[in-house]
Amino acid sequence: MKPEEIYEVLTQQFSEAVLNFDTELAGDPSIHIAPSAIADVCQYLAETEALAFDSLMCLSGLDLNANDEEFAVVYHIYSMRHRHSAVIKAMVPKTNPHLPSVSHIWKTADWHEREAYDLYGILFEGHNDLRRILLPDDWEGYPLRKDYKEPEFYRGMRVPY
Amino acid sequence: METTQQTESKIIELKPFADEMVVNMGPQHPSTHGVLRLELKLDGEVVREAIPHIGYLHRCFEKHSENLSYPQIIPFTDRMDYIAAMNQNWGFCLAVEKLLETDESRNFEVPERAEYLRVLICELNRIASHLLSFGTYGMDLGAFTPFLYAFRDRERLLLLFEKVCGARLTYNYVRIGGVSEIIPLEPGSITEQNYLDEVEAFLDYFEPKIDEYNELLTKNSIFTERTTEVAVMSADMALSYGATGPNLRGSGVDWDLRRDEPYSIYDRFDFDVPVAVDVPELGAVVGDCWCRYKIRMDEMKESVRIVRQILAEGLPDGPVMADLKAVRPPKGEIYFRSEAPRGELGFYIVSDGTPKPVRVKGRSPCFSALSVMQELSRGLMVADIIAIIGSIDIVMGEVDR
Repeated sequence: MKPEEIYEVLTQQFSEAVLNFDTELAGDPSIHIAPSAIADVCQYLAETEALAFDSLMCLSGLDLNANDEEFAVVYHIYSMRHRHSAVIKAMVPKTNPHLPSVSHIWKTADWHEREAYDLYGILFEGHNDLRRILLPDDWEGYPLRKDYKEPEFYRGMRVPY
Repeated sequence: METTQQTESKIIELKPFADEMVVNMGPQHPSTHGVLRLELKLDGEVVREAIPHIGYLHRCFEKHSENLSYPQIIPFTDRMDYIAAMNQNWGFCLAVEKLLETDESRNFEVPERAEYLRVLICELNRIASHLLSFGTYGMDLGAFTPFLYAFRDRERLLLLFEKVCGARLTYNYVRIGGVSEIIPLEPGSITEQNYLDEVEAFLDYFEPKIDEYNELLTKNSIFTERTTEVAVMSADMALSYGATGPNLRGSGVDWDLRRDEPYSIYDRFDFDVPVAVDVPELGAVVGDCWCRYKIRMDEMKESVRIVRQILAEGLPDGPVMADLKAVRPPKGEIYFRSEAPRGELGFYIVSDGTPKPVRVKGRSPCFSALSVMQELSRGLMVADIIAIIGSIDIVMGEVDR
């Protein structure tokens, strides 16, 4: 199935939660989903016979610009059975970034969501072990945010060199 | 307690579990292949829970990338999986090239000669990577000799890489639009033929060695005792956790991006994809440590086959670099994955049309493969943990990025 067909199927199933189909930019087109519905949509994508998205290739946080109001969470999914792929995006507000976890659907999401939490501070509701993964547990701030300022000291050690 | 009162005799309560003991394995442990810390919750010698703690080698690759131009990022990819750095370079370049190709006004195409060189060198790097995996795995499990053999052969490969790009480990050889030109590989020159002859001499030397190693370690009864039927990863589990490459094929899933979603010029070569099967005479079942290991041994043979086909055809003449004045992809985003020795290496790149990316995310195969660890090791013995780590073949540089 092509991404536009997948978009059609999703709009029929989840009318309001599917926001738009972004084809303006070069590269992969993406399907925008309302963040609150992301777990339901992913469940549907994984379990419907005609779609059968059995693997989550990559899950990334994304901050395009320090002036933007929203972060994006990008899901690159793939179906080995049907050999088609799709890009799902959910925009979450920067003031309170949270959305449901998909780690119960694809276990890959477990560590990838922890990474997105670690580096962007996005909270995944329903994730059973959401803690920092790459940075030390007591690190302050979320480094991949565009407005991030590194702390001057970490445990008495100078950070910028 | 009721029984105690009824019989009024001394009954020693047998607790099914001894007190839990927490042991840190790593971060500096020779068998953890880098700086991985495993928090082991032990009941005697049985592992109740093994929780991986990673991040000791985190060097902010993604944050750095946002402040560098695309060609400047390539040396950083070298330091992700430093055992197979050529493949990492290539994975990143493929993603950027894919994005550049969407800009039709540019009419961008990677030259044939560069494609052949890339496949040649990356398949050799795959052999070097699997050799290291084979050698260290044997050493983890107490077999020291295979390690020496593996490193002896890997050394010859590293010399071949050195002749091509001047470095032994961090190559920066595959560039966006082609490969770097520092090697004495001008078309038709005598040095090119010399180099290809050297590669051929290595293959002639190396191919029979694989069978020798299989005799030495693969069928060794001490080794099979330690690895067969240990930590069986089902196909569903591997798919769900996103374990890819040899780990996925070791679970019996017939999947290889080089064949199933061919990129570059892989569709022109004839090679098989090894997939695990039960081996009753050794006691191996699909998905166990032995099968994951065996896939790598078989893949080395296939890589030799691919390189031989290139040598038979010869390198096409022409430039090794596309005519690319500046790497400035159009505004957009791409996710592209390639088959690195450790699995599917993906790069997610977001461009805003400037020479620097907005976001680069490396989807590391080892990162996903390592997340299986916690579920896979439950209820096994401490010694089996070593067998698992070696069999999923992780490189911490890539896990932590």
